[in-house]
Amino acid sequence: MTTTLSGREVSSKLGKEFLGSVVESTENSILVKSESLLPVASFLKTAPEFAFDYLTFVTAVDYNDYFEVVYHLTSLEHNCSLVLKTRCYERENPVLPSVVGLWRGADFQEREVYDLFGIKFEGHPNLKRIVLWEGFKGYPLRKDYIQW
Amino acid sequence: MVIKTEPFVLNIGPAHPSTHGVFRMRTTLDGEVVVDLQPVFGYLHRGIEKLAEERTYTQNIPFTDRLDYLASMSNNLAYVMAVEKLASIPVPERAEYLRVIMAELQRLASHLIAVGSFLNDCGAFMTPILYMIREREKILDLFEMVSGQRLTYNYMRIGGVSQDIPQEFLPALHKFVEEMPGFIDEYDQLLAENEILLARSKGVGILPREQAINISASGPVLRASGVKWDIRKADPYSVYDRLEFEIPTGSVGDCYDRYRVRVEEMRQSVRIIKQATEQLPSGEVRSPVPQRLHPPVGEVYGHIEAPKGELGFYLVSDNSIAPYRFHTRAPSLMNLTALRDMIVGWKLADLIIIFGSIDICMGEVDR
Repeated sequence: MTTTLSGREVSSKLGKEFLGSVVESTENSILVKSESLLPVASFLKTAPEFAFDYLTFVTAVDYNDYFEVVYHLTSLEHNCSLVLKTRCYERENPVLPSVVGLWRGADFQEREVYDLFGIKFEGHPNLKRIVLWEGFKGYPLRKDYIQW
Repeated sequence: MVIKTEPFVLNIGPAHPSTHGVFRMRTTLDGEVVVDLQPVFGYLHRGIEKLAEERTYTQNIPFTDRLDYLASMSNNLAYVMAVEKLASIPVPERAEYLRVIMAELQRLASHLIAVGSFLNDCGAFMTPILYMIREREKILDLFEMVSGQRLTYNYMRIGGVSQDIPQEFLPALHKFVEEMPGFIDEYDQLLAENEILLARSKGVGILPREQAINISASGPVLRASGVKWDIRKADPYSVYDRLEFEIPTGSVGDCYDRYRVRVEEMRQSVRIIKQATEQLPSGEVRSPVPQRLHPPVGEVYGHIEAPKGELGFYLVSDNSIAPYRFHTRAPSLMNLTALRDMIVGWKLADLIIIFGSIDICMGEVDR
């Protein structure tokens, strides 16, 4: 059985260098500041007690006030999973760091989030629209999207 | 005299017999050798994730049929399981067993097409795939008995399955399960040691273990690279914990390993179906679910081991009758990330084989 790690437990193990980077930790997930996303993700990937080597999926949700980007991590070694989240409050030009450097599996998925939500991922090697065509107006999965 | 050479850009697809759907590979060639490759897709994008936000949880089941249309039953199963997890809906035991039988039949059907079209790509044109379509036909007949459909079954329901199996189903299934191992032996006899298959797929398109994990590969692609990871064992759902089966893995992660893993998985699926039919209890097949189902506020990720890999649905509920967010973790999309790494450095003729060995379904990639 894959154990779903509690966000509270994980954030208590994050250590001093991540002080202030966790915004909220609940039973199911851990929400970090967008600027601390990369250090936290890289720690979770490399720390032997977590070893989250497998990125199950990345997606975004539009909550009108903010975008929430969800990273579902799995450790094949320990057979456990964790939901890592970050938020982006900007709607005009939302920017988040890209995790492609850590998990290449995020490549197409971040492009998809960019395509359908308009969130730009800084450091992505090839951030282009993926399922829609270049020149498409708007970002369809946003809640305020109006079909033209 | 100096002869000037320069890289040559060649578009393969979108409509090409070996792209298995509408998929384009923008390749840069140096002579015959592929030096770069950019997958281009989206030709089949129907906006299912957006459409699903405007329909009720039950109305979304037929959409899932149209994701991986070669494995509709598995898609149904992953979706209804996610909704059941979100709304804490119990499933009767008989329905659980029926689901497992259908999911494994579907795995057989999907792998038959995968292996058959892979051999097609290898150059064994039409003969092996016709052998495999012959057996797939029997599975489709079984599905037609239970759902009335041959491709988009829409059979699973939130809280069970749409209807109990008809009288003639179990005898037909029994006959199929008895026959199938013989057919798999027949394929092996024809193919396993086949000189052409070995020469064209052994050592070709290697995906090392670490890389397979890093690019989030799943299913036969991940297992062929030597990672023993199967959701049915790692995170058992339904009644898989009561059934005995092995997880076949490859050793080097080349095209031949991916082919072998699929053939071995077919044997295991037959084994699972056999056990599930023996254990099949009687009783209800569907628990009562309100017509206007509105699950509590929350989010859930439900996943299964679909034929092509880890298929999951990430659902966010705002307590209304439609999902607030409906996201599909499509295995084909993630497995495609590996395409460039596997192909660069190989010849154009190998590209077709390497691509065929991933086994993708564009309905799922584009959504």
